[in-house]
Amino acid sequence: MTVMEQRGAYRPSPPPAWQPRMDPAPLLPDAEPHRVLGTEAAAKADPDLLRRLYAQLVRGRRYNAQATALTKQGRLAVYPSSTGQEACEIAAALALEERDWLFPSYRDTLAVVARGVDPVEALTLLRGDWHTGYDPYAHRVAPLSTPLATQLPHAVGLAHAARLKGDDVVALAMVGDGGTSEGDFHEALNFAAVWQAPVVFLVQNNGFAISVPLAKQTAAPSLAHKAVGYGMRGRLVDGNDAAAVHEVLSDAVRHARAGGGPTLIEAVTYRIDAHTNADDATRYRGDAEVAAWRDHDPILLLERELTGRELLDEEGIAAAREDAETMAADLRERMNRDPRLDPLDIFAHVYAEPTPQLQEQQALLRAELEAEQEGGRR
Amino acid sequence: MTTVAVKPATMAQALTRALRDAMADDPAVHVMGEDVGTLGGVFRVTDGLAKEFGEDRCTDTPLAEAGILGTAVGMAMYGLRPVVEMQFDAFAYPAFEQLASHVAKMRNRTRGAMPLPITIRVPYGGGIGGVEHHSDSSEAYYMATPGLHVVTPATVADAYGLLRAAIASDDPVVFLEPKRLYWSKDAWNPEHPTAVEPIGRAVVRRSGRSATLITYGPSVPVCLEAAEAAQAEGWDLEVVDLRSLVPFDDETVAASVRRTGRAVVVHESGGFGGPGGEIAARVTERCFHHLEAPVLRVAGFDIPYPPPMLERHHLPGVDRILDAVARLQWEAEG
Repeated sequence: MTVMEQRGAYRPSPPPAWQPRMDPAPLLPDAEPHRVLGTEAAAKADPDLLRRLYAQLVRGRRYNAQATALTKQGRLAVYPSSTGQEACEIAAALALEERDWLFPSYRDTLAVVARGVDPVEALTLLRGDWHTGYDPYAHRVAPLSTPLATQLPHAVGLAHAARLKGDDVVALAMVGDGGTSEGDFHEALNFAAVWQAPVVFLVQNNGFAISVPLAKQTAAPSLAHKAVGYGMRGRLVDGNDAAAVHEVLSDAVRHARAGGGPTLIEAVTYRIDAHTNADDATRYRGDAEVAAWRDHDPILLLERELTGRELLDEEGIAAAREDAETMAADLRERMNRDPRLDPLDIFAHVYAEPTPQLQEQQALLRAELEAEQEGGRR
Repeated sequence: MTTVAVKPATMAQALTRALRDAMADDPAVHVMGEDVGTLGGVFRVTDGLAKEFGEDRCTDTPLAEAGILGTAVGMAMYGLRPVVEMQFDAFAYPAFEQLASHVAKMRNRTRGAMPLPITIRVPYGGGIGGVEHHSDSSEAYYMATPGLHVVTPATVADAYGLLRAAIASDDPVVFLEPKRLYWSKDAWNPEHPTAVEPIGRAVVRRSGRSATLITYGPSVPVCLEAAEAAQAEGWDLEVVDLRSLVPFDDETVAASVRRTGRAVVVHESGGFGGPGGEIAARVTERCFHHLEAPVLRVAGFDIPYPPPMLERHHLPGVDRILDAVARLQWEAEG
């Protein structure tokens, strides 16, 4: 056959290797954020769970207020408040079993405390007497992560390792809307989906990455839609509806535990306070916007539901507030004690055994400290 | 007692054997990286591991270095002992944030509660005719990051012994593999591998009385060659192979320089801000009264790694080393 004859016989065919990987439709998030409170679905919610959520949300808000007050008294170096986001923080933590792991970002102190970490130890990082104040293995809570989204691949690796060992452990990784722009967010979601790791990613979309609004962060239809590109389920939830957050999170945790792979959840919420005590939010947003979100307050939403269904009365509300005050008083009292500092600790745990170089440097500091004690420093 | 013939083996084979033995000894050891499974790695160092231990123990990951190291962190948190392969020196840079912010700091951040026993294997250095981004000497970045051990073998036996030690270490170890030595051969018996070498100990590769060449990794064979050539000029050079950049073996290095009174640091990495500056300072601080001349450095030039057809002008070679030795103020001896 001549070349020309071959050409004549040639029939274009589709690329041989291509085939659809899966139907994307089941991965797509709903058009509206999932809600429970104030809807018919609320009747099916467990009253005990709602009351537990309520008590913890009230505590959480008080914790934020107390911690912010402690920054003003110089007891905390900085505090990134999660006021307005308590439903995400608390409901997410309560959706986990004891054997599960939480991977928090720096704004997730409430979730850390809700896992059972001592409220003072959870603030060690922000007080500044050490970095991580708690033993991560005690309550299966990874250190609060300041470099954005870098904790997400850790959650994937841990969940993957647990599955390899045959443990039915789920890892919950928390990140903010700004963090979804980081490369580690992409890599973590991709690894999780490829490995079908039992991970749940919770994005708290609180509207701002410090001052930058979501519109400057992404052009995606929603952050939950990003899941589809990785081949995992995307879910959208009203982040101020504690019952809805708990339901969506619990479903994702169950799905992961059963071997169904990861889920990406976007919780739509709002950061009522500034980024931290050191931030001035009036430079990038107006009062009207904040006021609108105050009307969609997570505690009020839950309180209305509970009182409307006579699951909570004035006495119950007062009891929750009193419990929160007791927690705050204890936090205040313990945070007002000066932390015990040993400067030589800065050389501890750099390596399993200090290198000869670190031993020399530690000896130098020890000599300086001794001279300081004797008042003999120049 | 049976005598086993000692055959020549390559450094790559010794590394493979170290990984295999570590995986056989400890089910927590997991190898992961790009192309490490089916292919056996682009340098074939992980050859056969996926077949012997399964793909869950030797895993082809997605092509994302930060993701590889980041997930390895999580796996180590759960009690595994990941051995991560970064395909090339310059391809390891995306993982640097995970390395600097988490791998190097986790033990310290958590007051020792959460150590991360991760080995990060990085083929590094030039001399193999690689096109750009395949020949970097990245050790200075790792040395400047507290919390990491930084180790690099120069012999077949050390490749085995040091990699076993790195994997057994409860601290993260950046294990730099001189890629131009992958195919170097030594008499080495894979049936009776050399004992595990402790991390942090330098070794005198060649004894001499005139001056000390302080070097590591890919520059060790070059220095040994230079020392042979130096004999013709009447110099009897000692060669110290550092093996470990962190921790640094001040003792062995200083003892050698006190004996010889002269020292040249040799490495491929750029001189400015490179390891040689730190080493020269440490030697000077410890041996000042024994020194007959300033400590000199023979390093790569302070340039982006040159294209392969020009790399021989960049890499420290025998002549450049001997020229430096000649500048060690011998006239003062008179």
